[in-house]
Amino acid sequence: MKTYDSEDRYIKDLDDGKREIALSTDDIHVSYGTHEAIHGVSLAFERFKITALIGASGSGKSTYLRSLNRMNDNIAGTKVTGKIMYRGLDVNSNEVDVYEMRKHIGMVFQQPNPFAKSIYDNITFALQRHGEKRKDVLDETVETTLKQAGLWEQVKDDLHQSALALSGGQAQRLCIARAIAMKPDILLLDEPAAVLDPISTATLEETLMELKERYTIIIVTHNMQQAGRISDYTAFFHLGNALEYDETRKIFTRPKIQATEDYVSGHFG
Amino acid sequence: MNNDEIRANLLKRSRASRNERFGKLISGACITIIIAVVVSIFYFVASKGLATFFEDKVNLWKFLTGTIWNPSAKDAQGNPQVGALPMIVGSFSVTFLAAIIATPFAIGAAVFMTEISPRLGKKVLQPVIELLVGIPSVVYGFIGLSVVVPFVRHTFGGSGFGILSGTFVLFVMILPTVTSMTVDALKSVPRAYREASLALGATRWQTIYKVVLRASTSGIITAVVFGMSRAFGEALAVQMVIGNAMLLPQNLISPASTLTSVLTMGMGNSVMGSLSNNALWSLALLLLIMPLIFNILIRWIGKKGAMR
Amino acid sequence: MTPRKWDKIATFVLYMISIFIIFVLAFLLLYILISGLPNVSWHFITSKSSSFQAGGGIGVQLFNSVYLLVLAMIISVPLSLGAGIWLSEYAPKNWITSLIRNAIEILSSLPSVVVGLFGFLVFSINMKFGFSILSGALALTVFNLPLLTRKVEDSLQAIHYTQREAGYALGLSRWETVIHVVVPAALPGIITGMILGMGRIFGEAAALIYTAGQSSPSLDFSNWNPLYIASPLNPMRSAETLAVHIWKINSEGIIPDATQVSAASSAVLVLFVLLLNFLARYVGNRLYARLTGVKERN
Repeated sequence: MKTYDSEDRYIKDLDDGKREIALSTDDIHVSYGTHEAIHGVSLAFERFKITALIGASGSGKSTYLRSLNRMNDNIAGTKVTGKIMYRGLDVNSNEVDVYEMRKHIGMVFQQPNPFAKSIYDNITFALQRHGEKRKDVLDETVETTLKQAGLWEQVKDDLHQSALALSGGQAQRLCIARAIAMKPDILLLDEPAAVLDPISTATLEETLMELKERYTIIIVTHNMQQAGRISDYTAFFHLGNALEYDETRKIFTRPKIQATEDYVSGHFG
Repeated sequence: MNNDEIRANLLKRSRASRNERFGKLISGACITIIIAVVVSIFYFVASKGLATFFEDKVNLWKFLTGTIWNPSAKDAQGNPQVGALPMIVGSFSVTFLAAIIATPFAIGAAVFMTEISPRLGKKVLQPVIELLVGIPSVVYGFIGLSVVVPFVRHTFGGSGFGILSGTFVLFVMILPTVTSMTVDALKSVPRAYREASLALGATRWQTIYKVVLRASTSGIITAVVFGMSRAFGEALAVQMVIGNAMLLPQNLISPASTLTSVLTMGMGNSVMGSLSNNALWSLALLLLIMPLIFNILIRWIGKKGAMR
Repeated sequence: MTPRKWDKIATFVLYMISIFIIFVLAFLLLYILISGLPNVSWHFITSKSSSFQAGGGIGVQLFNSVYLLVLAMIISVPLSLGAGIWLSEYAPKNWITSLIRNAIEILSSLPSVVVGLFGFLVFSINMKFGFSILSGALALTVFNLPLLTRKVEDSLQAIHYTQREAGYALGLSRWETVIHVVVPAALPGIITGMILGMGRIFGEAAALIYTAGQSSPSLDFSNWNPLYIASPLNPMRSAETLAVHIWKINSEGIIPDATQVSAASSAVLVLFVLLLNFLARYVGNRLYARLTGVKERN
């Protein structure tokens, strides 16, 4: 692999008072045991926009994403330092309740992971646990979220069938419906299309474009065309650092950093 | 919800976080109870079993090698007669003999199930073995009493009660355990080994004998030791057919006894705290320690196997 | 002799061994059923046993076995679930955890007679429960816990980590994710293990001889108040189970029809255990199908 100067960076500072920031990180470091995987990443994410995190395997983009809603907490030996600011609070501190925070910062994973429950229960289960018992509200949520996720027409007659019988693309859209049922502010998506076929991927992208009217979306993707098609901003990750962060249009047409240019043009590695 | 409300909620301890604390507490309590049980088994059995040596001043060596078990009487020198050797010999005899007979059968059945006919193995032999495991030990004892003992009596003479009958009963009892563990050991041999051997022109039996069995030796030994541990601790089935004579066994068809059989027969007939009672607890302590030794042996074999 | 000939001989021998094992099981089952079932009647399984004459039944013993089984499961199921969850979800990766795992493995390798003696010493004598159903149920719990715990842990571990992440990402605690997501998904395995554990408990005698005792007081089957002294449900009464009964009439040999009674009791015992075995398979497969919408377990 070609080596690049990791000090050579261009990070656009979005937090300039001109726009609304939904989430920002300040000097995030993530380490597993003695190995540091993320070496200080500071990015700000604009509200109601889609931000794509791109980079090669092992660049740390997924690890960074997973630290945003503290999913790394559950992996023994993982340590995350730095600030993650959400609504003026540092969610990476003990004063913020991690479970409450995850209701506002939802996540969809690479592998579709519906619960071994019915489609209906997949969406309503967490809501019920969080205290929502009204049947009409739950019914309503199931319908609206499935519609938003583009799955309603296909499953509206099978709501009480097992979700495990769904195809990969359907299951992933169910997971999106399940995540937005929590009415989050921010949706984190960790390569949501990685295991989907091209048609499912296209449907998923349409869904995301519609969702950004209501949610701030941060998506990790391997697929540069995908990042180019759907995202407003793009961050390029390399070996645990964010080397370039800018409007997607600029990243793909006039990158400021050599590494980014090599990656987006396919001359990487 | 407005911003202030959301902030306030984020700073409160949520329902989920209280729930998490509750769950940790409950599951932690459950595991603590189990650990407490294990510790107290060792504590109580050891404190009773060691009393023979510390309070009644019985010599440990004499206990292990003495051949006369008559705790209520004293010998000519005034020493208590608590020689456990007859039972120790009895226990080890039935254990080893049962393992010696069971091993070839277990290996044979396991090879059949993994190498010769996996289909028949899965459809027929597997359920048969699971059912054999499920039969309660008193039922084995009863069949031993009504089938094996008369058979031994007619074939070999004597009363029919004794180590031989105990061996036959234990053989059937440990066979399923040893077989299924051997199956696991054989299954863990990579398929490539077999293919390589067959490709070199070896017959199926040569492949099994020279490759598969060699590669899984430590797993097979582990299975056998595990079966021995089972056999050593089995109480009622053995007690019903062994004859319960506390004599050093002279041959395989004379009545004998094992640690477990003496315990099941004797514990109800002695007074707590008396020497004869304490001596029984010493036998129980032996019975408690043996699985540990078998356990250590299994691990040691496992490590050896892994190193190769 | 040529290798090919050896191959033939070996294959033949292996077939013979397998047939022999099947023959042993068939013999055992047929022997028990043929010698036992003719003596099994409604009268036999409902009437009281006799101490000296022929013609006694096993009604009380059967009731005791079932009652002890139920009590032991009531205690051991929640305990093993909690302990299994701790091991699978909360256990940190350190030496304490590996010590705990070793302790549980040692507990599972202890002979049941040692467990019975421990129960005798601690429950019957130190805690002054005497020869009672309570002592027996506790001893059976000790006997049953390690295997159930391991089964629970294994079943939970078999559920993919992504299921847990799904729960965490929705703001659920680890505990509620386990209880409401992972345990239901692992239920086929857990239930199968529990039912097989029930079979083990039902046939267990060595752990009960000195805890639940070897006799039963005369019972008044019209009074079900557990606090009443002669009530069948009184947990402080002694209770001879079916398995203990088989052992006792064979080793004491006082009743003249001991062989018939043991054969019939063995038949009942074995049928019950077989039933539990089939139930375990059936329920496991059904639950799995219900849960996943998949027809066959493969």
